[in-house]
Amino acid sequence: MAILDKHKIIEKNATLLLVFSFLVVTIGGIVQIAPLFYLENTIEEVEGVRPYTPLELTGRDIYIREGCYTCHSQMIRPMRDEVERYGHYSLAAESMYDHPFQWGSKRTGPDLARVGGRYSDEWHFDHLVDPQSVVPESIMPKYGFLANRMIDPGHMVQRLRADARVGVPYDDEMIQAAVADFRAQADPDADGSELLERYPGAQQRNFDRRPGISEMDALIAYLQVLGTMVDFSTFQPDPAR
Amino acid sequence: MAGKDDEHSSQANPDNRIELERQAADRKHMADIAQDPPTDPEGQPVTPAQPAPPRETRVVRNAKGRREVVEVPSTGHEWDGIKEYDNPLPRWWLWTFYATIVWSVFYVVAYPAVPLLTSATRGVLNYSVREEVASEIQRFDEANAPVRARLLETPLEEIATDPELANFSTHAGRAVFETWCAQCHGQGGGGAVGYANLLDNEWLWGGTIDDIYTTIRHGIRDPLDLDTRYSEMPRFGTDGMLDRTEIAQVTEYVLQISGQAHDTAMAGEGAVVYEDFCASCHMDDGTGDREQGAPDLTDAIWLYGGDRATINRMVTTGPFGVMPAWQERLSDADIRAVAAYVHSLGGGE
Repeated sequence: MAILDKHKIIEKNATLLLVFSFLVVTIGGIVQIAPLFYLENTIEEVEGVRPYTPLELTGRDIYIREGCYTCHSQMIRPMRDEVERYGHYSLAAESMYDHPFQWGSKRTGPDLARVGGRYSDEWHFDHLVDPQSVVPESIMPKYGFLANRMIDPGHMVQRLRADARVGVPYDDEMIQAAVADFRAQADPDADGSELLERYPGAQQRNFDRRPGISEMDALIAYLQVLGTMVDFSTFQPDPAR
Repeated sequence: MAGKDDEHSSQANPDNRIELERQAADRKHMADIAQDPPTDPEGQPVTPAQPAPPRETRVVRNAKGRREVVEVPSTGHEWDGIKEYDNPLPRWWLWTFYATIVWSVFYVVAYPAVPLLTSATRGVLNYSVREEVASEIQRFDEANAPVRARLLETPLEEIATDPELANFSTHAGRAVFETWCAQCHGQGGGGAVGYANLLDNEWLWGGTIDDIYTTIRHGIRDPLDLDTRYSEMPRFGTDGMLDRTEIAQVTEYVLQISGQAHDTAMAGEGAVVYEDFCASCHMDDGTGDREQGAPDLTDAIWLYGGDRATINRMVTTGPFGVMPAWQERLSDADIRAVAAYVHSLGGGE
């Protein structure tokens, strides 16, 4: 074809080659980047999803730090067998405040998208300390050291601010009260009314039943909230999605 | 290459000895050849053999199906003796590639594909994965509907005597058990340390099918269920209600009433402590109280363990086992089925 014989012109003119290369890369870039600008329109509106409390957010950071996502997904696919085993399929809105999301692509262990409330705190504690003590066939490593690592919540204000900057709706009040909320959630005797006002449905108790706020408290608090924010008895799925 | 001033190529550097010797030998060898070129036996100069040029041919099948060697056309590009040939792509690969392009056109038309501002194109097949999973679930629900309806109507005690319901609850109930209960109570219901064994005759909160049904529905000490079964053993040591000696004494007493090796003198003291602090829940004779989930301390069945150290720890820190309520997650029919299954495991009353 005649046009194909003309590539010599492009190959011999560096500037022309640069201009055409840029054009091609621009098309690819627009296709990938443009949808991000209207991404929020594509997330179905669902009632109940709220930002994580400071304690849950810390637990989430530990979840990421320990690489839990390499073996556990957080994404129930819309298939009958998955819905029967794990609960309602995951909605995009349920991970809209996750930066980054923890959907994962590998299930060496089970999916954790709706693990919240499925087991007791005590079970999570026993299971993280020694998984084989409750599930003999498990190959999960032990995470008992989490119970001995206490958390100083001094950084929580900056932590929330960082998430706020990428679009999580933490308001000034939430950011200012981050340290107080962090402590209140792990203390069953603290006044939790403000915490509940800011984070509806937040569960307040001493998650590991040991003194002090350890990484174990934070991780269990995070696991216990997973998938519990949306009330599926009132949720009506939009079939067009 | 390093310059002459670089110490790595310096004559003075002893590490360079081998390299320098080799270069000197090369130079001497080249000078020798220039002075005295090699000749053949007749005295004619010999030119070294040149390597064969790369083959510019390939094997193809001609019109008669015979294999034939043809010359490969060149694109005419050549860089430092490297030529670019114009070999065609393998046919099978090329046609597969074209087929995927054609397929993509049909796919984009038929299925949801192109992202728009608030949603994506739906496609002419109007396929929706959500509708598919909903209809799939509905199909199974409809198939099970008659037996589930009967399960809901039948009083719990009569499930075991109804062959159809007994069969359904054994299988459906077992599936529910293995999905939702086995992580704590074990695949076969054997339990684990801190998680009740469901196969034996000992029941913390009652072993009739109604008791089991209530326990599954509302859980035990579930912080989110208002009707959950609740009791709390005090943390006698942690909260300073008993001192270490008293705890050691009552531990010996519990060892005594459970028929294990014990210190008789201490157990005698422990009996008084037991009377004052433990008997209101575990009863005077230590046989426990199901109304409060207080276990029988006189038999050999233990939730956390019956050795001295464990009993001492339980009195000191107070156990607080939690079972989640399942009424929000499981349908009533599923709860009935799994209650019947657990009841049938061996210990049901």
